[in-house]
Amino acid sequence: MLEFFINVISKWTIPILIFFIPVFAYFRGVKVYEEFIKGAEEGFKIAVNLIPYLVAMLVAIGIFRNSGAMNIVVQAIRPLLELLGIPGEILPLAIMRPLSGGGALGIATELINTYGPDSLIGRMASTMQGSSDTTFFVLTVYFGSVGISKYRHALWVGLIADFSSFFAAVYIVNKIFG
Amino acid sequence: MINLIWLLLIVVGILVAAFRGQPEIITDTVLHAANLGVKYSFDLIGLMTFWLGIMRLGEKAGLVNILAKIIKPITKVLFPSVPPDHPAMGAILLNISANALGLGNAATPFGLKAMQELHILNNKSDEASDAMITFLAINTSCIVIVPATIIGVRVAAGSLNPTEIVGTTLFATLVGMVLALTADKLFRVFTGKG
Repeated sequence: MLEFFINVISKWTIPILIFFIPVFAYFRGVKVYEEFIKGAEEGFKIAVNLIPYLVAMLVAIGIFRNSGAMNIVVQAIRPLLELLGIPGEILPLAIMRPLSGGGALGIATELINTYGPDSLIGRMASTMQGSSDTTFFVLTVYFGSVGISKYRHALWVGLIADFSSFFAAVYIVNKIFG
Repeated sequence: MINLIWLLLIVVGILVAAFRGQPEIITDTVLHAANLGVKYSFDLIGLMTFWLGIMRLGEKAGLVNILAKIIKPITKVLFPSVPPDHPAMGAILLNISANALGLGNAATPFGLKAMQELHILNNKSDEASDAMITFLAINTSCIVIVPATIIGVRVAAGSLNPTEIVGTTLFATLVGMVLALTADKLFRVFTGKG
């Protein structure tokens, strides 16, 4: 039942929006084609302006990950987490989640396939992947799009969101499925 | 802060690769990651162009303003520095709704539009405003009702009940958001901008 609704939402929301907004605008007297072009022009500029910010951040994160430095961090924290009853297998996903969306999805997919989607680790990985976002990437893209280089406390707030979602995911999955 | 983190990611990474005797990894990674940055931006061009066109129609038709008015009671509390019926609010609502429904592709254009509007309110300064940080706190904790991608992965992996993680995801994401907003508020109080 839930699966059915989720399918319907994923399939229909965008077509409905693209139908409804222009029709509504037309009846409100908006010159739909001309105004669409004006808005669209702005979209192009924003996307291109992102390049320097994206290259800077993706290169730094790529170096950190591919050099094996990230793995060292994971190995260092692992015993600590296992003391708290958190399975160590899940840790690479927690570290990767704020850094790289594609990387995290890769790790989550691997965990789900290795341990099974309906195992405790599979469920934890699914919950963690769904419940937070790629903080570094979001900040890079969103601040980059308007040329902001002084983040103030934004990064801390984002990381607090990531870590609390992580612990909340471990807790709730243990509680419900454990 | 971001300067130090950026530097550390690079320096530590290169030192580790050097100790492992694999400096060529760095060279490959730089090329690959730099291309990826450009590719992402190019992938975004089509979507941004399209959705900001649609967004402009919504704005001109007054739809964005209607949305902004509906969520006024919430936004007044969360974004005290932004006028309640400002177009930024409509864009923020669209971004959060698209994220919640798992429509990441549509969410980014709305989010970037919201940043543009907040940037104008911020007098185009190069420093993040309170409203921007609060918006990103909500955005990165990413309230999700339909975690579509991961459900897809679970289906592909042969799960007996692929959607059983919807409830746990909602719980984890809510905890993240509440704590992020609390932290945001505390940071503001301690930096004297509360």
